[in-house]
Amino acid sequence: MSGLLFDGADWSFDTIQKIHDRVEEIALGEMKLEVYPNQIEIITAEQMLDGYAASGMPINYSHWSFGKRFVQHEGHYRKGFQDLAYEIVINSSPCISYVMEGNTALMQTLVIAHAAFGHNHFFRNNMLFKEWTDATGILDYLQFAKTYIAHCEETYGERAVESLLDAAHALMTHGVHRSPRRRKVDFRTEQARAAERRAYDEKIYNELWSTLPSGSPKTVLRTADERLADLLELPQENILYFLEKTAPRLAPWQRELLRIVRLLAQYFHPQRQTKVMNEGTATYVHYKIMNRLHECGNITDGAFLEFLGSHTNVVFQPGFDDRRFGSINPYALGFAMMSDLERVCVSPTAEDREWLPQLAGCNDPVNALKDIWANYRDESFISQFLSPRLMRDWRMFQLVDDPKETTLRVEAIHDERGYRRIRRAFAREYDLGHTDPQIEVVSVDLEGDRRLILQHSVREGRLLAGRDAGEVLGYLADLWGYPVLLREVDENGAGMREHTAEPRQRAA
Amino acid sequence: MYVIDRRLNPSGKSLPNRQRFLRRAGKILREAVRNLSSSRPIREIGEAGVVIIPARGIDEPSFHTGSDGAHTRVLPGNKEFLEGDRIARPSGSGSGKGRGAGNNAGGGGGGEDEFKVALSAEEFLSLFLEDLELPDLERRKLSLTDSTGLRRAGYQRGGSPANLALTRTMRNALSRRMALKRPKPDEIERARQASTDADLGEDEQHSDAMRAELEALELRTRSIPYIDPIDIRYRRFEPSPRPVAQAVMFCVMDVSGSMTEHMKDIAKRFFMLLYVFLERRYKQVEIVFIRHTDEAREVDEKTFFESRETGGTRVSSALKETLRIIEERYPVDDWNIYIAQASDGDNENGDSEKSLTLMRDGLLPLSQYFAYLEVDEPHNDSPMSTLWKTYAHLEPGPSMRRVTSRQEIYPVFRELFRKRSEAEATSR
Repeated sequence: MSGLLFDGADWSFDTIQKIHDRVEEIALGEMKLEVYPNQIEIITAEQMLDGYAASGMPINYSHWSFGKRFVQHEGHYRKGFQDLAYEIVINSSPCISYVMEGNTALMQTLVIAHAAFGHNHFFRNNMLFKEWTDATGILDYLQFAKTYIAHCEETYGERAVESLLDAAHALMTHGVHRSPRRRKVDFRTEQARAAERRAYDEKIYNELWSTLPSGSPKTVLRTADERLADLLELPQENILYFLEKTAPRLAPWQRELLRIVRLLAQYFHPQRQTKVMNEGTATYVHYKIMNRLHECGNITDGAFLEFLGSHTNVVFQPGFDDRRFGSINPYALGFAMMSDLERVCVSPTAEDREWLPQLAGCNDPVNALKDIWANYRDESFISQFLSPRLMRDWRMFQLVDDPKETTLRVEAIHDERGYRRIRRAFAREYDLGHTDPQIEVVSVDLEGDRRLILQHSVREGRLLAGRDAGEVLGYLADLWGYPVLLREVDENGAGMREHTAEPRQRAA
Repeated sequence: MYVIDRRLNPSGKSLPNRQRFLRRAGKILREAVRNLSSSRPIREIGEAGVVIIPARGIDEPSFHTGSDGAHTRVLPGNKEFLEGDRIARPSGSGSGKGRGAGNNAGGGGGGEDEFKVALSAEEFLSLFLEDLELPDLERRKLSLTDSTGLRRAGYQRGGSPANLALTRTMRNALSRRMALKRPKPDEIERARQASTDADLGEDEQHSDAMRAELEALELRTRSIPYIDPIDIRYRRFEPSPRPVAQAVMFCVMDVSGSMTEHMKDIAKRFFMLLYVFLERRYKQVEIVFIRHTDEAREVDEKTFFESRETGGTRVSSALKETLRIIEERYPVDDWNIYIAQASDGDNENGDSEKSLTLMRDGLLPLSQYFAYLEVDEPHNDSPMSTLWKTYAHLEPGPSMRRVTSRQEIYPVFRELFRKRSEAEATSR
């Protein structure tokens, strides 16, 4: 199909429909992306600010912290410190993309390609999202949460609900399951597995073994601690889950609220783990689509230049010594890595063949990338696919700040000796398991004062920030209803520091 | 694919949450408002503004690692470093470039130190009043006005002839006449003409018919009046609060050396509150600042609160100056006069008699309200001051209060309202 989709900056609903149809032809027909059905909603700047405040969700329950976020963004926006995003996209089915009414026709095209196809494909196919989020149910669930919490406010008072939500929000980062839980035992599969085990035993049966003297049968006397751990599923890293299931003094509605906060945390958890990949995918997809549109003569040269300008801004990465440097730009890194992988697929060098043998020269970049989009998260993506070439292009180096030394140390640079070390260190920065402190509920003193005991496994001497930890622990004690103890222990199990908290008010 | 236009959806979805946030941040916001209001001129007390509050008070804590331990970070843009190079720690922040990888992982914890909140005029004022710890009841009273006037409010069927709404009455009459098909004058004229013409002709029958038609029309005209009592409307009036046009507020303050900043701050708050109160009640409020030591001078607001003077204390000088300004510029017939005096209570020996005369014969009869505010340091149980003893002789005297901290300012106001409502009760 050819012919201009639009001319000039103005657009109408027909234009948007036309743009969407043409982009869809390219995305689904040529790139073979798989997406949820799209729903594009046009909103005003005011509504975009509302969207920011409610963590991007179209519906959300009421809490002062959302108001705080709103005031923050509103202040920045009105002062002109901050531009608003061109879009917000929601991992739901249908996939809702909010686009601003103030965008030009070209920007709407870009946004549709980026959000409605790039992000959408990622949401639908990435294994983290598949495993942990329910795209079809999320909006209904939010509606339920909103109504339920409003109902609780009416019944039990705004203050009670607010203090519970405060406590739950403080623990939100530790209210997610990081790995799939043990599934319920299913009789048929168990039977099959038992049969398999027997078959294996028969296969390796050897008369000789039966001549070995066997010791007395093992006693299965378990200690009280072991029984307790079994009963309470300890150790448990999902603190909110633990409280919801076992906190002794919570009312049913309070458990339900904890559950709501916990499920939302879990819903957002994949997004925290895939910032680079998610934005990289969307940016790569929009770049491909926009180029294709230009090749086919669907957009003018002028519009294409506008696109290039805005694309360049999006993928801009200043160096560490630049005044504008804040952190690694996930759009820039993701796009650079995916473009680099495309190069490896199509025209690999000898180095690429050594580093990325599975991709080098496969000549099918789209399918190779789709496989990556489906099966990796930031940490594994970087640790496997960051090529030496890109490290050289970006001139990466690894810096260590050890308080025991008086100066910073350059640990590795982009050379033969450094590639692997840089890649490993870089990937770890994106590993939430590494950056988030690892805190687990380890025990409850059932015979004493019902004290809840948690443990922070300190890595490389990085203790918790004391003031915040104290406050969060206070909230935790409120929920638990009895004293709480948090031990910080180092890699060898030696205690480094302890925090305690008493409940301030009894949870009703 | 659907394209949905959400632009017409109600916006302001976040406003309830914003209100919750303001309530949550109430204490620190009130502090911020207090600080801002003490640096604001009295007249601007009720205006919108941006207050800055420390982010510490409203942060959302989470478990995250602090700055202890080793941090490692991969950065782009290496130009000169080789492996093993040592770089001096960037000075200043203490935590260098290498920090931060884990710091902000928690999301809400760290971040900005300050937080700006734009408050509307209404919000600002209510926070200001909250900070004074006025109960809600009093706050509502503040905005009440007690003199009422009449205001046009539509039409009614009954009323005095002076209030006859002519246009509305005529309009009703016209529509009624049209609805009932009352013949118009030219229709009757035409019929009469036709009847006369028919009379001149030979056709008896036709002439009769014409006459009958004319008679029918005339009958109809007579039976449907031009104006019927049901058409008549009168203008309706409704009593409504109407502020007395203008007021002048005299701020009189002792600025001799014995007045500390704390005392002045209390005085300023009192003046502000009085201004807020007057501003809601009157269309125009003027403020006159008079400061005195042993002699009095009219000054601008800045000088009033900020510069210091030395000298003795002679209250009568200020009272005389006030009286002079009233006589010169504020005729009692046109102005409501409010006087608020703040002092630590010192007065020169021998000045009491003079002050007493000035008050009794001059200021008290002229003014709507005279408030004497005796300010003091907290926990200072000094015996009754000279000035207090002097004023205590007056009957009826000024509203007097002794205030040592800003929470106590409100009782003075309660007294003000009680007095007024009692006065009304007796006058009715």
